[in-house]
Amino acid sequence: MLEITNLHATVGEREILKGLTLSVKAGEVHAIMGPNGAGKSTLAHVLAGREGYEVTKGSAHFEGRDLLDMEPHERAAAGLFLGFQYPVEIPGVSNLLFLRTAMNAQRKLRGEAEISGAEFMKKVKAESATLGLDMDMLKRGVNVGFSGGEKKRNEAFQLGMLEPKFALLDETDSGLDIDALRIVSEGINRFRSAERAVLLITHYQRLLDHVRPDVVHVLAKGRIVESGGPELALRLEAQGYEGLAA
Amino acid sequence: MSALPTRKDEAWRYSDMAAVAALWPPQPARLISVPAGEARADVLRVTEGGIHDLRVELGAGARLNLALLVQSASYARVALVAHLKAGASLDFGGVLLGAGAVVQEIVTDIRHDEPDAESRQRVRVVIDERAVGTYLGRIAVARDAQRTDAAQSARALVLKRTATANLKPELEIYADDVKCAHGCTVGELDKAGLFYLQSRGVPRPEAEALLTRAFVADAFAGLEDAAAREALEAETARWLEARA
Repeated sequence: MLEITNLHATVGEREILKGLTLSVKAGEVHAIMGPNGAGKSTLAHVLAGREGYEVTKGSAHFEGRDLLDMEPHERAAAGLFLGFQYPVEIPGVSNLLFLRTAMNAQRKLRGEAEISGAEFMKKVKAESATLGLDMDMLKRGVNVGFSGGEKKRNEAFQLGMLEPKFALLDETDSGLDIDALRIVSEGINRFRSAERAVLLITHYQRLLDHVRPDVVHVLAKGRIVESGGPELALRLEAQGYEGLAA
Repeated sequence: MSALPTRKDEAWRYSDMAAVAALWPPQPARLISVPAGEARADVLRVTEGGIHDLRVELGAGARLNLALLVQSASYARVALVAHLKAGASLDFGGVLLGAGAVVQEIVTDIRHDEPDAESRQRVRVVIDERAVGTYLGRIAVARDAQRTDAAQSARALVLKRTATANLKPELEIYADDVKCAHGCTVGELDKAGLFYLQSRGVPRPEAEALLTRAFVADAFAGLEDAAAREALEAETARWLEARA
């Protein structure tokens, strides 16, 4: 589903990704762990197409399409979802308007009909209830006045609403208390299916207690240095990143 | 004022003087007068170039809700002088939309002549290409105008760095028991917000339009007439669509 080959990327003058290769198949959940500065968030931003992240070498394909050749909104419409480490506040644009605009823009690009108001609200009610977001919050500006945990729950809400094929979750667990972590993890687990895939970017093992990955990768100095099963995450938790071969 | 102003005149220093000379002398000021104790709402759209003078007179306890949208293809100046008597209340929301190389100005002079009056001003300037957008906002509080409550918020959004925004608050206060809040910012669209919208599937031009609409919207938030407010918002949206 996602094929990344020998990816090199720079931010400003600095090369952050130095030959990263990764393959994620439909139905799988992969986790990328690694120390600060390894390039985890850079990978997420490069895949989503953020300005200022330049790919100098290598390729990334999503369902056979050249991801790097697509605009950020085209990647979203193709089914790629980036869960932000730091979700952005947008005053003056309500969460509901934001989501409906996004859903319809994606549908338009895919040649589908717009979602009706009734259908949209029905979905909003169902998804928000499971994540503990109430209607008053959703009528407020995007993430405005939300706590750290509420912002992450809002990311999980958007994931549920937009129904992408691939969820790329950048430190979704950071800043969450135990209850919020459980709620967000349940959101991710509901998302899992044979047709979909998840790439979890995380510092810590604790998210992986709730969302069990099929494969764990270690990212260090811009490359994947080790891959293994869930036991690799446990070993890292016990030993730290220092003993890794770079 | 009958003599042609010059750039040395503080109130005209950002004006398009060639255009001013061609338009001089201006038409007499249009009067908006609200008698004591009454309330009014007014919406002004300026789509034609020109010098538009307005004089607002609010009687004791009178209330006026004034919304202004300036969006012209040639030089436009809207200058408003408001006199507030005791306990009067003025809510002014002004939006200026400029593209091309147009010079547009909103000039307000709010005079709290008597005690206990309240004024609220929200001005939003959106400029693109080589346009110049200016807001000069003066608040004058007379010697006995105690317990004046005045607030002025001026914000400019520069869509291209070739455009120019001039915002100037000016407070002249002769009473000692007054509240005069003012804030003034010039900025660009938030890049993080744009990327957030794009990453959810919204194309860049639409994302820019959505953020710009949100920027403008609070200028009209004081308008109680929802239909009038929506009409102004729709006009802003059309202007933005024409730009995209």
